[in-house]
Amino acid sequence: MLWVDRHLVHEGSHHAFRKIAERELAVAEPALTTAVVDHYAPTRARMEGGATDDIRRMIATLEENAAHHGIRCFGLRDLRQGIVHVTGPEQGLTLPGLLLVCGDSHTSTHGALGALAFGIGATEVAHVLATQTVWQTKPKAMRLNFEGRLGPGVGAKDMALGWIAMLGADGARGHAVEYTGEAVRGLSVEGRMTLCNLSIEGGARFGMVAPDETTISWISGRPFAPEGESLDRARETWATLRSDDDAPFDRTQTIDAAAIAPIVTWGTSPEDALPITATIPDPADLTGSRARKVSEALDYMGLSPGRPLEGTSVDQVFIGSCTNARLEDLRAAAAVLSGRHARVPGLVSPGSALVKQAAEQEGLHHIFTDAGLEWVDAGCSMCVGMNGDLVEPGKRCASTTNRNFRGRQGPGARTHLMSPAMAAAAAVTGTLTDVRPLLEGRL
Amino acid sequence: MSGWATHEGIAIGLPREGIDTDQLIPARFMSTPRSEGYGQFLLHDLRRNEDGTLDPDFPLNSAAAQGASILIAARNFGGGSSREAAVYALADAGFRVVAAPSFGDIFTGNAVNNGLLPARISEDDAQALLDTLAIAQQGHADLDAANLSVGGLSVPFEIDAVARQKLMNGWDDIDLTRVHGEDIAAYREARVAACPWIIPRD
Repeated sequence: MLWVDRHLVHEGSHHAFRKIAERELAVAEPALTTAVVDHYAPTRARMEGGATDDIRRMIATLEENAAHHGIRCFGLRDLRQGIVHVTGPEQGLTLPGLLLVCGDSHTSTHGALGALAFGIGATEVAHVLATQTVWQTKPKAMRLNFEGRLGPGVGAKDMALGWIAMLGADGARGHAVEYTGEAVRGLSVEGRMTLCNLSIEGGARFGMVAPDETTISWISGRPFAPEGESLDRARETWATLRSDDDAPFDRTQTIDAAAIAPIVTWGTSPEDALPITATIPDPADLTGSRARKVSEALDYMGLSPGRPLEGTSVDQVFIGSCTNARLEDLRAAAAVLSGRHARVPGLVSPGSALVKQAAEQEGLHHIFTDAGLEWVDAGCSMCVGMNGDLVEPGKRCASTTNRNFRGRQGPGARTHLMSPAMAAAAAVTGTLTDVRPLLEGRL
Repeated sequence: MSGWATHEGIAIGLPREGIDTDQLIPARFMSTPRSEGYGQFLLHDLRRNEDGTLDPDFPLNSAAAQGASILIAARNFGGGSSREAAVYALADAGFRVVAAPSFGDIFTGNAVNNGLLPARISEDDAQALLDTLAIAQQGHADLDAANLSVGGLSVPFEIDAVARQKLMNGWDDIDLTRVHGEDIAAYREARVAACPWIIPRD
């Protein structure tokens, strides 16, 4: 049984609040609990109530539950509102060494700061609300060691999709992953969040990076983070949060960072990922269930075996989600889009209201809108479509999100996962494109 | 929730890898109150044609599959989202057992919390069972013996010891945990003393 230092809840937590209401239980630790409106958050005309009755009801239910239990709530009118995995770290609620849970599988994101963070189901959310503890079986330990340095135009998203393609969507099942190596140390905290965020797409509930000076300077000054003497004391503890040099891992995989190219997915699982320079797999080269799976995926995706991935036309782009909607992600997309026009429509949804504000202070919104993309409010948006931001059936979307599952972005939607820079490149050319030539002279 | 030790029911096969939680229940149904029943949403889009009609060739749609409670599936079942609604959809549709070579970790926990057995079986056994399940068959699951039999085939399954105990006893975790209230309070006090920053500066 583990004590929970931080519990984050969102609109989807309605099942759990109902469970504790049925038993007339209070929330054990309201001060350690934070509610955030994200999954159903309207991204347009939100102040005018730009939402369906159903969406309004979901948001109101969260706000009512938060008020009833005395939980702080980042609602639609709060500048702290955003995607729970963006806003938690941004507010300094996520700190090294904390145990953090949330009823969302991408909770592994917070491991980027050296927290032990994992997604839980509704029964467990109710249990945490009522007891501030969670029962867990200790996972095995796995080390993913990225040696060397990334090439230009290649980032955390490519590292993540790269290892998932190598090990499979269930490759790290049952494991907690620690990301190590020069390329991980070289990532910003934002990049580390992207890497840890996608742990679950490789089957790992937990992904983490040991805190270092990059982490600590990123945390300092955030609203809920310690300051002064408390921060000095915390720093001493945080400095001890690293694996011993000779620590045993149940499994270690070393990856050459310099060999990673910009990656896109072609199928209906994040493991269906290849470098943009590759060709679409041919089921004829495969056997058994793998051949059948590839064939079904290509059929759903409307792709022809053996053709180059590059040049595949897309209908739209989406830049957003807990994976890739932080300021650094928006800057990476803007670096490609600056002074260029998008050939296809697209939506840019920043990860939080504060990310939106910071991006506007830098003028990034003008780059997106001048290119012809739509600049909207913060939320989970088109990653999961619960707020109505959907990809139409049969349409192909270049997307910075985390899941290319069938129907994820809407029934019949065809999703290609990629980095923000690659999504921007797809917008500029209207096709899946290697971003690297478009970045020449711009990095 | 009441526990169970053995289960007898109709078994069907779903010979498709990577049935993720978005397939088990598409996101658009998740604002529905549980009291309305989630069985109607199970594999909602995957079992239908583009025009919204049920695909007669989909395993769950055959006449023989009606009333089924044991599902044999392929690798990486229930990966993806933490949505417990994926388990509600299975449970409300009457399923008590899902057997597959691998499961999403969060799905596994959610299943056990709802009395649904996630039985891990070998790739070879999964294939053999799927082959025999071209048509639905009677099946039998025994938690104590960790054994699953379908048609003429009998295969062992793996299940975490604690998960098995929970399924058999139908334990409620909240009640179990609250017994430890004093220990939890003492831990909290020590934790805050050692790491005062765990209380957010507000």
